[in-house]
Amino acid sequence: MIRTRGLTKRYGQVRAVDGIDLDVREGDVYGFLGANGSGKTTTVRMLLGLVLATDGEAELFGEPMPRAASSVLPRVGALVEGPGAYPHLSGHANLALFDAAAGPKVKRRSRRARIREVLEQVGLDPVDERPAKAYSLGMRQRLGLAAALMRRPPLLVLDEPTNGLDPQGIRDIRELLLGLNRSGTTIFLSSHLLAEIEQMSTRVGVLDRGRLVMQEDMSALRTATGLVRVRTPDIAAAIALLDGRVEHRGVEMILVRAHDSAALNQRLVSAGVRVTEMSPVRRGLEEIVLAATESPERKS
Amino acid sequence: MIRVELTKMLRRPLTWVTIAALNALPTLVAILLALTDLGPRPGTGPPFLSAVLTDGTLFPLAALGIVLPLFLPVAVAVVGGDAIAGEVQTDTLRYLLARPVSRVRLLVAKLTSIIAFVVLATLAVALVAYVEGKLLLGDAPGGVVSVSGSTLTQTQMAERTVMAFVYVVLAMLGVAAIALMLSTMTDSAVAAALGTIGFLVASTVLLGLDAAESLKPYLVTRYWLAFVDLFRDPIRWRDVIHGVLAQLAYLVVFAGAAWANFATRDVNR
Repeated sequence: MIRTRGLTKRYGQVRAVDGIDLDVREGDVYGFLGANGSGKTTTVRMLLGLVLATDGEAELFGEPMPRAASSVLPRVGALVEGPGAYPHLSGHANLALFDAAAGPKVKRRSRRARIREVLEQVGLDPVDERPAKAYSLGMRQRLGLAAALMRRPPLLVLDEPTNGLDPQGIRDIRELLLGLNRSGTTIFLSSHLLAEIEQMSTRVGVLDRGRLVMQEDMSALRTATGLVRVRTPDIAAAIALLDGRVEHRGVEMILVRAHDSAALNQRLVSAGVRVTEMSPVRRGLEEIVLAATESPERKS
Repeated sequence: MIRVELTKMLRRPLTWVTIAALNALPTLVAILLALTDLGPRPGTGPPFLSAVLTDGTLFPLAALGIVLPLFLPVAVAVVGGDAIAGEVQTDTLRYLLARPVSRVRLLVAKLTSIIAFVVLATLAVALVAYVEGKLLLGDAPGGVVSVSGSTLTQTQMAERTVMAFVYVVLAMLGVAAIALMLSTMTDSAVAAALGTIGFLVASTVLLGLDAAESLKPYLVTRYWLAFVDLFRDPIRWRDVIHGVLAQLAYLVVFAGAAWANFATRDVNR
């Protein structure tokens, strides 16, 4: 869906984006992580043909960007660094203008129906006649998302889509995006919020000072660490039983090296150790990302 | 895209506020003339203003003469300077380009909508002035006297008024192109408008300077008031034609520069 080779953007001496090779596959929710100023937005702008790359190439749907922009972009819904709207027009009128600005001719009636549909999808009132300047940040964000969804694009490129939303709003939008993904939409989600990426993504790319330091499937990243966390009131009995395999001891909790937690559980229970809670330990995305972004600096 | 831009222009409060402001000065002049009956002596002041006390139907021409040298260009600079920079300020430029609207088509649509604004504004000034002239100013019969002294028939007068209207619109092409170019170079609509006005002020200053004699035929403001020549008998075409050509040259150069700058520019906001 999205593929870049050595994509680079230089501003003077600064390499804002430095030779990145993105690979986003059909059906992915691709989490594009990076701190503020790491080059995420510049990358997104290059993918959309807004900023011209200094070097390297980008392909969307297998077609080169920005050369094939006129055939690629109608199939992409975009939200880049905050929504945009004409302040004196209603949300409805804004969507109609954007939709009429380019792309295939749409009958007025079907456009109106589609606008109503997307506004409801993102949780805005379709009959709201207030001008966009009276909208709250969260409402504007929803309107921007509605504009991206207008043409049912098979690829969504979203930069910080939940910016300015309250927790309930974030949840609604997450559900909406996951629903779209289930019905076949590929989503490229750029964010600095680890939790958001962790909850949604099937694949993660991490950008650090312009470089892509990691790109991996989420399932591969989150394999078990070979440790099992066991919570038990009979802590001494448990340690005596599992002598030598206990990695860490806490208050009524131990970390045990074990690959089969079911077998471990059976062994504890049959020896009369009561188990309150038990779970295999997985690495969090946060640790993984920190490890990926910090190690080169530490070594040098 | 052109239709979308026209819709946007017509639905903007800025358009209508500007047109209202544009009508304020001629209206004030009409009221003052009607109250005091003191017209400028023939040959002084804005063109046609001395004649409107006896013949109010000439007031549309007088009103165009009042707004043309300063007010209309400022209005065009404001609307034109807003063309691209205004889209940047509302964060909508990147969404238009990602639709995708090609950059060339966007510029053409913007230029078209600025020109449509000039037509609309000029028409509004002429119509308001016509009503004011009818209501407030003299309605002495006796035919219209041309600037050269002979009498013009009703049809001649109508033809020439239409020509004058077209000339005023064409005279704004240069300003529109300059404003459009500056609008692609900055993210601030105000800066683009002020830059355009600066350009016009410079042109006006140079016009008054004898040392700049060799530059004068090329200045954007040089032939603006040549529309008066349309009311001589016979019409003196030289300056009118020269003026139209100069405006077209400005249009080509500055719209070209706008395209050259915008086509490959990074859109970072």
